[in-house]
Amino acid sequence: MEISLNHYLVLSTILFAIGLVGIMRRKNLLLLFFATEILLNAVNIAFAAISHYYGDLTGQMFAFFVIAIAASELAVGLGLLIVWYKRHGNIDLDTMTSMRG
Amino acid sequence: MFEAVAFYLFAFLTIAMFYITVTTSQALYALTALAAGMIFISAFFFILGADFLGAVQIIVYTGAVMALYAFGMMFFDTTREVKEKKGNKFIVVGLATLAAVMVVAIFMAPIVSTNMVAFYPMIEGAGNTQTVGLVLFTKYLIPFEVAAVMLLVAMVAGIVLAGKKMDLSLTLMNAEQIKEIEDKDKKVLS
Repeated sequence: MEISLNHYLVLSTILFAIGLVGIMRRKNLLLLFFATEILLNAVNIAFAAISHYYGDLTGQMFAFFVIAIAASELAVGLGLLIVWYKRHGNIDLDTMTSMRG
Repeated sequence: MFEAVAFYLFAFLTIAMFYITVTTSQALYALTALAAGMIFISAFFFILGADFLGAVQIIVYTGAVMALYAFGMMFFDTTREVKEKKGNKFIVVGLATLAAVMVVAIFMAPIVSTNMVAFYPMIEGAGNTQTVGLVLFTKYLIPFEVAAVMLLVAMVAGIVLAGKKMDLSLTLMNAEQIKEIEDKDKKVLS
């Protein structure tokens, strides 16, 4: 049984859907961050699979840049979370309504 | 045959791990399940011949990102159960599936059109690491440098945000003491 590109794309879609469900049902900001990591990884699988099946390296290059962006997003985001937690004592989304929108 | 067995095994493991990550009510379980899922994802990169990407995945995600999360969790109260939103479950699942189907449509569009040619084809006889280095430092040199500057900016931002007043605890002070410190900061800044 041959594994084709579609197998990888379907797997990537399933993982992306899991990440989206996580984003929609989580209230704790730290666990929301975990869900975004799942989304980025799902897209990385699709990039690597397309790169392999078309013999083109562009997909792998994009995957590298996605990893770099994920790392820097995490560094800034965790810093902000720590500052928020020091001030307010929790990191729940529902309590962050200071703008009264 | 071997490839198919490996693909299905790791697909099952990855989906199971990420499902645990988004559904568990314990933050520590979510963290460990996410770390395991990252390692299983690197297996796909090795199957696909992207050896360097797989190694980077293990080093950056499991080594750096997960360690950073673990250190970050030491600041937070992670022992208590995480409360969840009480929303309509069918709307959530429906929206997620719809978005995922749209993503697959975006990915399938260039595949259905058959006139795709390799922009930077793999070089015969060279390993994956050599080819990646060749393309990264010729065709993608400027994005690479921009990514380096972005990582530097993120590092400075992380240090400034998290390292500020590490020696005193804002949660243990009362409101007047915090206000005093803020006023002092304002005077320094203005």
